[in-house]
Amino acid sequence: MAIRRGRGVAAINYPTGMNLGGDPTQALVHSTPTGNFMVTLSSVDLGQGMKQIMAQICAETIGVPTDRVVVDTADTDTGPHCMGTFASRGTHRAGNAVIQAAREARQVMLEVAAEELEVNASDLETDGQGNILVKGAPQKSISIFDVALSAHFKRGRSISGRGMFLIPRSYPEKETGAMKPSTCYAHACTVAEVEVDDETGEVTVLTVKNIFEIGRALNPKMVEQQLVGGSWMGISHALYETTEPYYPNRDHGGTDFNQYLMPGPGDLAETEIIVLERPSADGPYGAKGPGEMCANPQIPAVANAVFDAVGVRIDTLPITPERILRALKAQAPN
Amino acid sequence: MAKVPVQFTLNGSEKAEFIDSGTTLLNALRDKIGDTSPKGGCHQGTCGACSVIIDGELRLSCLTLAETCNGAAITTTSGLSEGGVLHPVQRAFLDTFATQCGFCTPGTIMAAKVLLDHTPNPSRDEVVEALSGNICRCTGYESIIQAVLLAARANSQNAA
Repeated sequence: MAIRRGRGVAAINYPTGMNLGGDPTQALVHSTPTGNFMVTLSSVDLGQGMKQIMAQICAETIGVPTDRVVVDTADTDTGPHCMGTFASRGTHRAGNAVIQAAREARQVMLEVAAEELEVNASDLETDGQGNILVKGAPQKSISIFDVALSAHFKRGRSISGRGMFLIPRSYPEKETGAMKPSTCYAHACTVAEVEVDDETGEVTVLTVKNIFEIGRALNPKMVEQQLVGGSWMGISHALYETTEPYYPNRDHGGTDFNQYLMPGPGDLAETEIIVLERPSADGPYGAKGPGEMCANPQIPAVANAVFDAVGVRIDTLPITPERILRALKAQAPN
Repeated sequence: MAKVPVQFTLNGSEKAEFIDSGTTLLNALRDKIGDTSPKGGCHQGTCGACSVIIDGELRLSCLTLAETCNGAAITTTSGLSEGGVLHPVQRAFLDTFATQCGFCTPGTIMAAKVLLDHTPNPSRDEVVEALSGNICRCTGYESIIQAVLLAARANSQNAA
């Protein structure tokens, strides 16, 4: 009986979005009379940072500071359609829709500015600080504040745009079965080191080293949070969390935080995160979906590490001491 | 249900309310007084999101009856900043990006403040121990631990 050490590795491809009768998200963008911009979505910010990212995307596209953008989300009665916040699709699908809507709004904004400045709209550019300038002659300029006032009170224009991003439904080819069920794959690889007590079956995670390829990190600090926290959710899925420990029998399922095991601050192992930025061709400013994939590769990596440590393959989650001991017993020579 | 009077100080200002007997402090704060900074995560004392400070001690407001708080001095996260200046623990949470979805943050900040009030220069293990009653479903513990250690360093620099 001993504490045995093992190391496991796993790599994943992770898709963005899903393929149920088409995967649309739509967005509306409009300016207020004072030149702030409103993004209207039905997509939900449930803490993952959707509002911040959509504000950045809208601001970048229109050419204004991020704090000039307000994002309104999550009223499916009144907002433009979104399939939902899941499948790591928020940034990619809603982001593309916001870019399209913001481009249309920007075009109207430049047209109004062109009328005010008596130049061609194609000769105008934004400075990113709230002004519109004539290319090559920046002394000739107008603030977006004044453009919005003019649009509303003088020219009767709506500085607004519509974004309609749709991944059409993919049907399998009859001959081969080939299809494209999702788009924009992110990638990750994890190496986990564990210790397994072959007397008690307890697993201790020593180190978790993750590398994630997520397209462009639109907000690097938020990406880091998602990946570090997600890495620990992966460990938690691998070792602790279940609502049905004897599935399909529902006995002993946790009903509250006393019984449903989740890691606490004392359960953290040394965690390393490396982000590879490989901008995707079809993502908003190169982004992919870093959402759920961040909690995936740790699970097979831990299962492989347990195998490396004590030589048993656990194919049911979570990898509890009970399951390890039963597997060790089944494997032992009679 | 019988109404009972309660009177206590919340973040330095006097509060007096008639509440249903048996109302938890959490519900009294949120629904009667309108301080929604304590969060109701589990309502049974296992998640820490409702943590407040009562007479200097960290308490779970979901397990505390409001009528037992007569005469008490209660502090919540919404009362930590002074004149628009964030409390050092709040500042440190911002600086280390220690909030993700934010639901656990008010309770975690309360736990961190009580720790630092009692132990100005805690070790990492002491920080982990102090935060062990606060569940972060985003699993963002590392940056939270870093925030508390940073706040401790900032305090000791100010004191020096």
